[in-house]
Amino acid sequence: MGAVYRWEIRKLRAQKRTYLGLGGAILVPIIFVVGISTQHGGGPNDIPLGRAIRDTGLATPFLVLFFMSIWGLPLITALVAGDIVAAESHNGTLKTILTRSRDRGEIFAGKAFAAATYTLLALLAMTAVGVAAGTAEFGWHPLVSLSGTTVPPLKSLGLLAASTAVYAWPLLAIAAFGLLLSTATRNSAASVVGTLMFALLMQLLGAVPGTEVIRPYLLGEQFSAWHGFLRQPTDWAPVIRAAWLCALYAGVPLFAAYLVFLRRDVAGE
Amino acid sequence: MSDAPPLAARGLVKRYGGLVAVDDVDLTVEAGDVFGYLGPNGAGKTTSLRMMLGLIRPTSGCVELFGRDPLLAGARALDGVAGFVEGPRFYPYLSARENLELLADYDGAGTRARVREVLELVELADRASDRVGGYSHGMKQRLGIAASLLRRPRLLLLDEPTTGLDPAGMRDMRELVRRLAAERITILLSSHLLYEVEELCNRVAIVRRGRVVYEGTLSDLKATAATHYRLRAADAETAARACATVGGIADVRLESGDVRFTGGDDAVAALTVALGRAGIGFTALVPETASLEELFLGLTEEHDAPAAAEPEAA
Repeated sequence: MGAVYRWEIRKLRAQKRTYLGLGGAILVPIIFVVGISTQHGGGPNDIPLGRAIRDTGLATPFLVLFFMSIWGLPLITALVAGDIVAAESHNGTLKTILTRSRDRGEIFAGKAFAAATYTLLALLAMTAVGVAAGTAEFGWHPLVSLSGTTVPPLKSLGLLAASTAVYAWPLLAIAAFGLLLSTATRNSAASVVGTLMFALLMQLLGAVPGTEVIRPYLLGEQFSAWHGFLRQPTDWAPVIRAAWLCALYAGVPLFAAYLVFLRRDVAGE
Repeated sequence: MSDAPPLAARGLVKRYGGLVAVDDVDLTVEAGDVFGYLGPNGAGKTTSLRMMLGLIRPTSGCVELFGRDPLLAGARALDGVAGFVEGPRFYPYLSARENLELLADYDGAGTRARVREVLELVELADRASDRVGGYSHGMKQRLGIAASLLRRPRLLLLDEPTTGLDPAGMRDMRELVRRLAAERITILLSSHLLYEVEELCNRVAIVRRGRVVYEGTLSDLKATAATHYRLRAADAETAARACATVGGIADVRLESGDVRFTGGDDAVAALTVALGRAGIGFTALVPETASLEELFLGLTEEHDAPAAAEPEAA
């Protein structure tokens, strides 16, 4: 699988859409910081850590995580996950690689890991740039947690790392859904749009009145699981729920995509 | 396993809803063959090749490559097998060398060392660093051959390799196929061009609407046709009546002032004697063997509705 994975990464490096996605992930925190700095008054008061945005640069990446969970990161994820199989169908290269010495399962695994690598890289780049841009503008100061306690900068950075890791789970589930659409529809545009629609639908469902009972189990809600790390003491409940729910949200489409890829007819592509 | 033929298809069927693209195809390609898979467009050739390479699942029947079914053995069934269907496809944003390195890495150990060698063989070494997106159709076809040769194939499946090439490109491609055949690579060549198959192949299967209507050598196919004769006589009508009285002479008819008929050597010899005895002089008696093209068209068009288009996708 190593060779397939390495070439999938190399193919991603040679495609513009990869840089479009990564560029977006890098630019958003910078635009966010510039936007806040040019505004008068405080930050966005109605979201976690919103009031603290000007107190420390370490609040910036958390706020960017929050804003980007709605459609920004799902779109960046869908750009590659929705395209990674469909583009091969469109280019006709699927038949080229399927007539060599690698089994279909191996090729699918290489593609799935490559899509996950890109997704994680985009998330990491966004968070890292968020820290850098935020700190440059608002300084390296302690963070006030959601429980009102003061957290020293280095410990805040640790909490950010843990939060980013948990935040990656629902993002990977979206990538898995994109991979399924990419495999089943063989149409890149439909897969990218479909994946984004899925992510938006999950967010919308959580906002519709009357869905309170199922809300904790919706994928969109898992993007907030990292709030548990910003409470004193740590609230593990949302983190644990996100772990098993995201495993389900990712596992089911991933397995379905694997079965489709294994059995599909590769004709006219 | 070692005695198994390079390619054997048994009862191969592929249906797309109500359309039968491939209908009960049986064929065997023996080691050393340059086997022509000949038929008009839409006859099911490409669909057959897709099944042979394990790209699509047969509705029924099976394919064995050196004794291995690609559906059961997966990529291992393709050991020693290479080729392309519907033209070779590459990553347009990678160079030719990168494309071949990718495929070499997919093939496994030792293959990467051959990248330069195969690029030189198809005369693309000086353009190896260019992105394939900028290649002409002919260059892509040659790169497709290079990609196939990377695997040191013992069986090569080529789907209409000269389609879209200019005359010089077609000549070069046919020369390449001849060279590969001389190196004892077994080749299955799908084509709708009769002269191409006649020039390159020792055996053929002719397909019509998904069915194999003839399998064997081209010379045997020619031999199946009754020999036609053309007789030019001073009095054609009397000569025609005389022909009809000789045993073994059939299909007698008048055409453009000549008498045409079919018959074996003995019957024609007897006819000349009969004409002499009847006092009918003749100036020409010429055998006219049916051309391969006539035979091909007879096999593929006889009582045939327009062929259904081959499905683009499942």
